[in-house]
Amino acid sequence: MKRPAIVVLACAALALAACSNATDYDDTNAVNLNGSGAAAAGSAGDPTSPAYFQQAIGDRVLFMVDQSTLTDEARVILTAQADWLIANIDYNAVIEGHADEQGTREYNLALGERRANAAREFLISRGVAGTRLKVVSFGKERPIEICSDESCYAKNRRAVTVLSSGLTG
Amino acid sequence: MKQILLMILAVCAACASVASAQTGPLRIEITEGVIEPLPFAVPDFVPDNSAASEVSGQLGRVIAADLAGTGLFREIPASAHIGKINSFEAPVQFADWKAINAQALVTGAVSVSGNRLTVRFRVWDVFSGAELGNGLQFVGSTDGWRRMAHKVADAVYSRITGEGGYFDSRVVFVSESGPKDDRRKRLAIMDYDGANVQYLTDSASIVLAPRFSPTGDRVLYTSYESGFPRIYVLDVGKVQRRVLESQDGTMSFAPRFAPDGKTVVYSLAQGGNTDIYAMDIGSGKSTRLTTAPSIETAPSFSPDGRQIVFESDRSGTQQLYIMPARGGEARRISFGQGRYGTPVWSPRGDLIAFTKQSKGRFHIGVMRVDGSEERLLTASFLDEGPTWAPNGRVIMFTRESQGAQGRSMLYSVDITGRNLRPVRTPDGGSDPSWSPLQD
Repeated sequence: MKRPAIVVLACAALALAACSNATDYDDTNAVNLNGSGAAAAGSAGDPTSPAYFQQAIGDRVLFMVDQSTLTDEARVILTAQADWLIANIDYNAVIEGHADEQGTREYNLALGERRANAAREFLISRGVAGTRLKVVSFGKERPIEICSDESCYAKNRRAVTVLSSGLTG
Repeated sequence: MKQILLMILAVCAACASVASAQTGPLRIEITEGVIEPLPFAVPDFVPDNSAASEVSGQLGRVIAADLAGTGLFREIPASAHIGKINSFEAPVQFADWKAINAQALVTGAVSVSGNRLTVRFRVWDVFSGAELGNGLQFVGSTDGWRRMAHKVADAVYSRITGEGGYFDSRVVFVSESGPKDDRRKRLAIMDYDGANVQYLTDSASIVLAPRFSPTGDRVLYTSYESGFPRIYVLDVGKVQRRVLESQDGTMSFAPRFAPDGKTVVYSLAQGGNTDIYAMDIGSGKSTRLTTAPSIETAPSFSPDGRQIVFESDRSGTQQLYIMPARGGEARRISFGQGRYGTPVWSPRGDLIAFTKQSKGRFHIGVMRVDGSEERLLTASFLDEGPTWAPNGRVIMFTRESQGAQGRSMLYSVDITGRNLRPVRTPDGGSDPSWSPLQD
């Protein structure tokens, strides 16, 4: 699915000003941040492009059921993500945590935040400045696979590193 | 409809003595789990003038649907009636209603003057021929006729069961449309029976878990409109909202009002840890109530405001705990197999409703406040998020069906586990919150 490039909000006040009533507001930012990750700009052949980050490095790591512990595979991906972020300081990132549907809504929000935070802490441990990394959890609200089997659940239990322009972050 | 007036029609000695004889034969004990519903008849109300002729029939249909919808009553349809009520004042021919085995009879009269609607009604115990309670009169506006019907039904329910009613109430919920991987959610409010749906937000951002204030005038909910989950409070009448908690680098969710309507408890997640906070709405000042490194969420106050039930995975899995409203030591109340979440304290104070996950299934259940007498009311692929009817006898919840085509629907069930039924909504629905009875 094509999505526009991500823009991180600089301040909450701006977001509120744009959302002063229920029927008339500019929700561009919310839509940009609501999914499994933006369609990355640039060519995957260009190592400095978000497309390269998303496709060649891998923008997501997966988790075991009800766990937020990083697997060995996740650590390899996050290490490469950290190296890329250190080399490309024009970009910041929002790490989106997600859960599969086997859980209550509130718990899954908290679990997704744990997962996103685990990824963030790892990136920081590899040298990325914490000020460049935000986290958000979507709980079970944004599955990318929709079957009710472990094959889908395994892909939905994820933390996705979504790049944003550092200029507005 | 604040202008509804409630008047006692006739207070004669005979009526008063019947009203006090509430232990008579026409009585339903809800806690017993009624197996044989009580047969009743609601003949069309008598129109006092021609302007009232249409609404006179509609009122009866809503009253009958309310009563039959509880599972405690069974309507004897008009096609089976022998007798006819042509005058509200004339003596009732009980033999006509006994013959069709109607045990309860509701008679009424309606008049319409301009946009003013007046409804009078009486409830009869057919077999004793006595009136249950006194005749009542409601006055309101014609466009509020459904509320008048719900008020009549509440009075009938209340006189026969001895419990408070719940029909004149509303439900705020999340209306859902679209496939699972592109689900559109918006806040909606409706009458408890699915009528009069009104949307409170559009579907541009994810909205979750609206919760009524104790007086039903405001709704707390979580929205992603800033890109991050934040708690908002919405004035239902004005459809105006404002953010309550927007601390940068945090997420806030799972809000719920305290019984005083001034304090909000909610979860705040930061740095991989979710804890429970309380905020004074007026000042915006927050107090942290839990400090464990585990997930603490889904707080719900006791009706007296002194305690909070919540879920925590501090033991390794989601379980239910109760702590003082100001925080402090919590005691675990759930000990069965499986995981327990989304606890909600009954408005009567006696029970906690919850979601239970066990062996790959989800259940809505209730337990006593000390954790005893756990009772599972439902079982499905995914049931969650109970909310209590104002009288603490019925629970509404979310049921999501399995698979790629799965969708969310609202269901209700009574606390004995009987009368499981879908609640009609225009699209899918989730996260219901039941209002108190309206004034």
